[in-house]
Amino acid sequence: MTFELICFWVFASVAALAALTVISVKNPVVAALSLVLTFFSMACVWLLAQAEFLAVALVLVYVGAVMVLFLFVVMMLDVDFSVVREGFVRFLPVGVLVAAVMLTEMLMMIGVRSLKTPVTEDPAVLAGMSNMEWLGQTLFRDFLLPFEIAALILTVGLIAAVTLTLRKRTGTKVQRPGLQVMVKREDRLRVIKMDAVGKGEVGP
Amino acid sequence: MITLAHFLTLGAVLFCIAVAGIFINRKNVIVLLMCLELLLLAVNTNFVAFSRYLGDPAGQVFVFFILTVAAAEAAIGLAILVVLFRNRSTIDVTSIDTLKG
Repeated sequence: MTFELICFWVFASVAALAALTVISVKNPVVAALSLVLTFFSMACVWLLAQAEFLAVALVLVYVGAVMVLFLFVVMMLDVDFSVVREGFVRFLPVGVLVAAVMLTEMLMMIGVRSLKTPVTEDPAVLAGMSNMEWLGQTLFRDFLLPFEIAALILTVGLIAAVTLTLRKRTGTKVQRPGLQVMVKREDRLRVIKMDAVGKGEVGP
Repeated sequence: MITLAHFLTLGAVLFCIAVAGIFINRKNVIVLLMCLELLLLAVNTNFVAFSRYLGDPAGQVFVFFILTVAAAEAAIGLAILVVLFRNRSTIDVTSIDTLKG
């Protein structure tokens, strides 16, 4: 058993245990933190597969952004979690059964032949570049349009999230600069013609 | 020596755990969203493993795009969740039945 294989088993078992914690724990904050642990272990497994860029991206995007968002939402919402946990025990046998059957089928599909798949040299190293260079050449040469579309998707997602959660409060006084600019002299100022009254007297 | 089957098995195990999580946590939307992220992670592991063993960078590029779309999906999903909680004061899936005929 090589050192690499030992590392793989450690990271894989940590990831699986943390995933089990995510689905079984009562407190959603603990679930979110366990999900962080799962992502981190899987990033380490991806490092073992020589996918360095994606491992770092997983930690940055998921652990750094998405899971923090999850934690924010979980802590912001004042949810009574004893109510939403009803039915946990009732659906437990069904869930375990479906998962076990699916796992068996998948393992049969993976089969024993792939156990003997020879490990080739890292394709990036064979091409004489780093993983990032290898990935970047493909990304910006063959997948340039999808890359631009991905940027568009992120922008749309950003705008959609802001628009969805934007709250208009009633009963607050705000300035409307558009109306302020459009105002004319006639709206504000009225010149009244008045007859002069006697000298030194104050008018009404 | 790590073979392709190691990665595929790990992906399958994670996928099944996430499916079981969707079954047993079907009232809590937050945990459902977390299980979705787990499903995507399992699929991404398969992509990375095949890309490594077939020597094709397209698999890893695809994982990159899946990460992008999943991040946007999580942001919009959580935004919808916040709006939902603000209007209904609950995240129980079974009590969200306004559109039921």
